[in-house]
Amino acid sequence: MEDDAPVIYGLEFQARALTAQTAETDAIRFLVGTQSLKFENQIHVIEFDDENNIINKNVLLHQAGEIWHIGASPADKAVLTTCYNKTSDSRVVSCAAVWRMPCDLETESHESPDDSAHNPQALELLCHLDDSTYGNAACVLWEPMGDGKRVISLADNHALLWDLQESFTQAKVSSTATLEGKGQLKFTSGKWSPHHNSSQFATANETAIRAWDLRTMSQIYCIENAHGQLVRDLDFNPNRQYYLASCGDDCKVKFWDVRNVQEPVKTLEDHSHCLRTSFWEPRI
Amino acid sequence: CCVITGTGRRRKVHGMLKLYYGLNEEGKSNEQPQALDPCDINGPHFDPEIYMNKLRRECTLAELMDQETCMVKQIRSLDSDMQTLVYENYNKFISATDTIRKMKNDFKKMEDEMDCLSANMEAITDFSARISGTLQDQHTQITKLSGVHTLLRKLQFLFELPARLNKCLELQAYSQAVSSHRRARCVLQQYSHLPSFRGIQDDCHAIMDKLAQELRQKFRDGGTSAKDLSECVELLLQLDEPAEELCDKFLSHARSRLESDLQGLEFIDRGCNEFVSSLCLVITSYQELFIVHAQSDELASKNITQMANAKLHAFVDDLAACYFSLVERRIQEEKSVGDNSLLVRALDRFHRRLQAVAKLLPGSSVPHHGTEIVIRAATERVKQYLSALQSFYMDSLTDVRQALATPRLSVAGELLSSLSASILNQIKSVLASVHLFTAKDITFSNKPYFKGEFCSQGVRESLVVSFIKFICQSSRQFCESAGDKGGSTPPILLLLLSRLCLDYETSTISYILTLTDEQFLVQHHTPVTPVTALCAEAREAAQKLLNHYVKVQGLIISQMLRKSVETRDWVNTIEPRNVRAVMKRVVEDATSIDVQVGLLYEEGVRKAHSSDSSKRTFSVYSSSRQQAARYAASYTPSAPLDTNLLSNIHKLFSERIDIFSSVEFNKVSVMTGIIKISLKTFLECVRLRTFGRYGLQQIQVDCHYLQMYLWRFVSDENLVHFLLDEIVGSSAHRCLDPAPMEQSVIEVICERG
Repeated sequence: MEDDAPVIYGLEFQARALTAQTAETDAIRFLVGTQSLKFENQIHVIEFDDENNIINKNVLLHQAGEIWHIGASPADKAVLTTCYNKTSDSRVVSCAAVWRMPCDLETESHESPDDSAHNPQALELLCHLDDSTYGNAACVLWEPMGDGKRVISLADNHALLWDLQESFTQAKVSSTATLEGKGQLKFTSGKWSPHHNSSQFATANETAIRAWDLRTMSQIYCIENAHGQLVRDLDFNPNRQYYLASCGDDCKVKFWDVRNVQEPVKTLEDHSHCLRTSFWEPRI
Repeated sequence: CCVITGTGRRRKVHGMLKLYYGLNEEGKSNEQPQALDPCDINGPHFDPEIYMNKLRRECTLAELMDQETCMVKQIRSLDSDMQTLVYENYNKFISATDTIRKMKNDFKKMEDEMDCLSANMEAITDFSARISGTLQDQHTQITKLSGVHTLLRKLQFLFELPARLNKCLELQAYSQAVSSHRRARCVLQQYSHLPSFRGIQDDCHAIMDKLAQELRQKFRDGGTSAKDLSECVELLLQLDEPAEELCDKFLSHARSRLESDLQGLEFIDRGCNEFVSSLCLVITSYQELFIVHAQSDELASKNITQMANAKLHAFVDDLAACYFSLVERRIQEEKSVGDNSLLVRALDRFHRRLQAVAKLLPGSSVPHHGTEIVIRAATERVKQYLSALQSFYMDSLTDVRQALATPRLSVAGELLSSLSASILNQIKSVLASVHLFTAKDITFSNKPYFKGEFCSQGVRESLVVSFIKFICQSSRQFCESAGDKGGSTPPILLLLLSRLCLDYETSTISYILTLTDEQFLVQHHTPVTPVTALCAEAREAAQKLLNHYVKVQGLIISQMLRKSVETRDWVNTIEPRNVRAVMKRVVEDATSIDVQVGLLYEEGVRKAHSSDSSKRTFSVYSSSRQQAARYAASYTPSAPLDTNLLSNIHKLFSERIDIFSSVEFNKVSVMTGIIKISLKTFLECVRLRTFGRYGLQQIQVDCHYLQMYLWRFVSDENLVHFLLDEIVGSSAHRCLDPAPMEQSVIEVICERG
């Protein structure tokens, strides 16, 4: 791999949402959601063929709106969730929905001359995670290593746990947690912890990081002022249950031991721009 | 046969008599040769038959006849001898019997006399009994009289008591007074119901009160020796003074006295005067006794001298160790850094006295240990001064902080100069204090340690250099701790400290070190921290502080901008009529920061302004995008590509702006940094929102306003322009209905507000 030339894939539109297709075990596949206010938005299914060092792509239409967050089901590789902005009646609403990709995706190299993007297939809507009563959806988290029946959506200052029933066609809120406090609180992002039998998840709002217990939907711990500015994203170490990474607008990446949240274990200050996301490499 | 046995028995009887009368001796000389001769008629082994046979065989008849006559004659004389003897004995028996009879008579007489004696004795006893019976009455009377006499004496004692007590009081014989009073007290107590005794008791009480008063006075004065004091207390205790109070007082007196003993100089004085001088005395006398004498005596072998010397050394070392541990403990107590001269003088005296020991006892390690103690005390002192300096510095910072809390900004410069001056003064005074250790009149100052290592390692390195390092360190800590936890350090303090560190880098450090080197004539035998390294450290701290200042200020403005973008519904906003208040606020803040920085930092260089700096126009598609579009048009005229893509490609090649980069030590650079951070945040926030037509127009107005005012703060106005351009471009990109506002209208709105 190191000798190979870097592989670059270009999209027509700006994109902010990217996820790995976790249920896919054979191929290396990513899902990218685009953001365009004027055109139909797309989900690009990008497969990296590491033997030939080439990329294969598929484009699916996501007609509902521009995609801000995308999540792939850990159990069914055809199922995914998106958070998208919908503009209607000069109002912008953030929604979340569960989608199914068409099963007969014929993969083609994106270098191939015939442009399949001219008539792409559309996603099949399975159900809305109708949380408009709670506020604008920021992200949807799948239960890690679960059976793909449970998701958490973060909407404004609420965290909602959904049960997906009837093969994803119905979604029911089974429990909720609400962040109380002064002003307009809003979750910016969250992650579902793969540890402790998937009974915990963490959220970021403003400069604080909070962890919640799903069984009681109550707060476990809180890292106040985790960053000097807004916390943008966080992630759990997949192999070490107490370690958490976070990044924020203060250009820092911090690593926390959640047993002692007074001080970060390590702080990286090598970035010179605001950081959007952070991921743990799975095998660290 | 019968006769023969008869003669044998007679022989035996004869022998016994002979034994009795001592005749054994006379016959011995002639008997001895024929002692066993059975023919010897006088021998004990005489056998008559053998004798007879021998005679018959040897002698003639005539001879036999003669023999017989001779024998008859002898028998006869022997018989007469025996008769005489018996007679004599008989006479003696008679006289003995007479004597006994006479004695018997005498005893009888004596018995009579004894009877008479006993009768007389009986009469005497009778008489004696009668006499004592008659004397009985008189005897009791005498006893009574003598009792009365003692009582009277006691009474006299009592009556004289007040006078006596008074006298004692005058003579200050307190203990006698107290014992007298104690003896009388019970009695007086017992008979106090009698008026006369009562009077005495009252008198006594009065006197004793006075006495107690005096004792207390004496006690309170405290100037008396420990022995006097304890005596006082004992007397007072006997006088039934409240024990608890006395205990307290006694302890407090003792404390004050002991504490006065512990005063550094006096302590050393005492130690020196008493302990060391007695030690010296012991040494001299010992040496005279054992060593000098031993040497003068010829017979003294070298061994004895050596042995004596070794013993003396061990003794001195042992005692000195005790003394040194005390001294060291005492010196460690000496914590107040106010006046160093006392400690130095104390150490000097200590050291000087030990020289006496050194002279007396040349090989001893005592003076060496003493010097070590002095050295340790000196290094300890240096450490204390360092910590005092550090706490002084922190206190000064607290003062500065408080001064800064008042909203007058103009004081920052004065504060900096006063802070820097007070620190410098403090350093100088500490140097002066420490300099006492190396003063010429101090005995230990010419030790190699105080000439070399103390100056370079002690004063220069562990005091001055450490303090400068501490300043840098604590400054750096402000950056690390304050960043995340809500910015507890006021930004202006960061700026001030940054300037302080910078000043240190440029001049103060070299000044202080030169001063130190000159004062202490430091000759560096060991490697010391070079000035350049310290300067580099100070510069690094200054840089870090300034960077942090920029970051903090930038984040404050960023926060404002981010809130303003995030909390607004940009789709359904009304047509812009004014610049939003937050933009004005941003400009105000930037202006005040500019003033703040201007007080402490120089202006710095900036690129030349273009003539229309404040009046740049923004197109909805920014200039870079227009350029990109032009390129796109020229290279791929037929491609149906979005101009965005081209502008993105163009951006890849344009100059990258490092937002949180290091700043230079001037105002313009600082302001540039702050504005860069703020605008970058603005841009990032805009990119996350969706705008309506008027939303976009509002952003246009805001950006134009910012351009009007912010360009003057930064080194390169193109930077501001570029970022604002990006903001407008991004909001246009995120706009549902991108219909930009007329430039002239924007200008009107901005100039109005």
